[in-house]
Amino acid sequence: MADPTGPLETTALTGLWQGMGARMVPFAGYLMPVQFADGVMKEHQWTRTEAGLFDVAHMGPAHLTLNARPAAPEAAHAAIAALVETFLPCDVAGLRPGQLRYTTLTNAQGGVLDDLFVGRPADPDSQGSLYFVVNAGCKEADFALIAAATAGKATLTRADRSHTLIALQGPKAVDVIPNLVRGAASPKKLGFMEYGVFTGPFGALTISRSGYTGEDGFEILVAADQAVSLAKLLLAHSAVKAIGLGARDSLRLEAGLCLYGHDLDTTTSPIEAGLAWTIQKVRRERADFPGAARILRELAEKPSRRRVGLLPRDDKAPAREGTPIHTPAGEAVGVVTSGGFGPTAGGPVAMGYVATAHAAPGTELDLIVRGQPRRWVVTALPFVPHRYHRPA
Amino acid sequence: MSVYFTKDHEWIAVEGTSATVGITRYAADQLGDVVYVEVPAVGRTVTQGGEMAVVESVKAASDVYAPVSGTVSEANEALGGAPETVNEDPEGAGWFARLAISDPGELSGLMDRAAYDAFIAGL
Repeated sequence: MADPTGPLETTALTGLWQGMGARMVPFAGYLMPVQFADGVMKEHQWTRTEAGLFDVAHMGPAHLTLNARPAAPEAAHAAIAALVETFLPCDVAGLRPGQLRYTTLTNAQGGVLDDLFVGRPADPDSQGSLYFVVNAGCKEADFALIAAATAGKATLTRADRSHTLIALQGPKAVDVIPNLVRGAASPKKLGFMEYGVFTGPFGALTISRSGYTGEDGFEILVAADQAVSLAKLLLAHSAVKAIGLGARDSLRLEAGLCLYGHDLDTTTSPIEAGLAWTIQKVRRERADFPGAARILRELAEKPSRRRVGLLPRDDKAPAREGTPIHTPAGEAVGVVTSGGFGPTAGGPVAMGYVATAHAAPGTELDLIVRGQPRRWVVTALPFVPHRYHRPA
Repeated sequence: MSVYFTKDHEWIAVEGTSATVGITRYAADQLGDVVYVEVPAVGRTVTQGGEMAVVESVKAASDVYAPVSGTVSEANEALGGAPETVNEDPEGAGWFARLAISDPGELSGLMDRAAYDAFIAGL
């Protein structure tokens, strides 16, 4: 993380946001827009029905490339996959060209150091390289870990200063995204968790069909000196509005997505977090990733606690991060890790960790809000159904 | 009727020893969309500067402090079903509670409208 006592970093878009009257706050060492004139509620709803543009340039995009790439594309990919599978628990070797995977960096104890994307380039000439996007608050440590683990064999090239990451999320994003590219290749043809390199008026863009809202949408990596022009072109479309971090958080919470440092940290395992699906069968069988002993034991025997969704039975008081969770009999069994108001859900929503015996959907639990027990119910995630684009 | 303000952005409208308390337009705008309000129980004793109510936006919960000491004589229960009133009319229909003031001398430490306007202009 950037020095918390030092001056805040800015993104290529900071000036644009300030000119639009955004309320700016410090976040992960960056000065970021938390909300615009419409406010969190309207920005959230706009993203669910139209398209929201998010400055996510604080995050950590990077490319890792073999120093000596085998000439054969499959051999090049196999070589870099073998290298990163020493520290990632997901199946990198099995990625299709142009596919992204959501994964975690795990430590030797099976705790989560960060959650991230890893992608395999679509272009046959780019095999032997991988695309990473890591969290803002973890990027210095992540990049150091990746560079150390691949030293002498591959080179990590950060793209977080040379480029700007922008997210366009919502059901209308697909109507707007073609404005960024020229030629036959279109990002409209990408399926969820696919990406490619496209060219257009703003130069080469790395565009993925991914996001953090539960909606269809795209994440766009653009050269930093083109970012303002690209953002202005998108914002000129009647379906697009700028959206702040406030709505980004309420959107991801309704979508049941983890926020690192809150729902995930070095004490939580991917299994406790409900992320077993991010560790493919081939990796479980090989059991060769950091923390495999704990992770495989929890897969076999069930973890002692699980991340769950929580909805109030008939209450309107939000339960915030840190709220204790008790059984109706008063036994402490967990804690809320993300909680707030869900504008689409129409009421409070929360996620937290509870002892596995109390983690089944339908289980009634008391959340202790300002010292008072309030009855909530364990609920399957997400709170609002995902609407990702998955071509048949 | 006299209206006073606190540095924590509460307003208090006083008539004799009876007062109505709420949060200012500035505070409501800073909070953003209010989604939940917890008003005090009638009969509760509150202390100047002590927690009196809770107001929650999408993002966060904030305490509302009692501008003066007193006893709660009425609470704005309508906010339970319409918390957005705090954003729409914070210094009117979005009031939180009425108090029977126990020490009118405490009012002398509060700001008038001009002083409060100058205070928020400097924030």
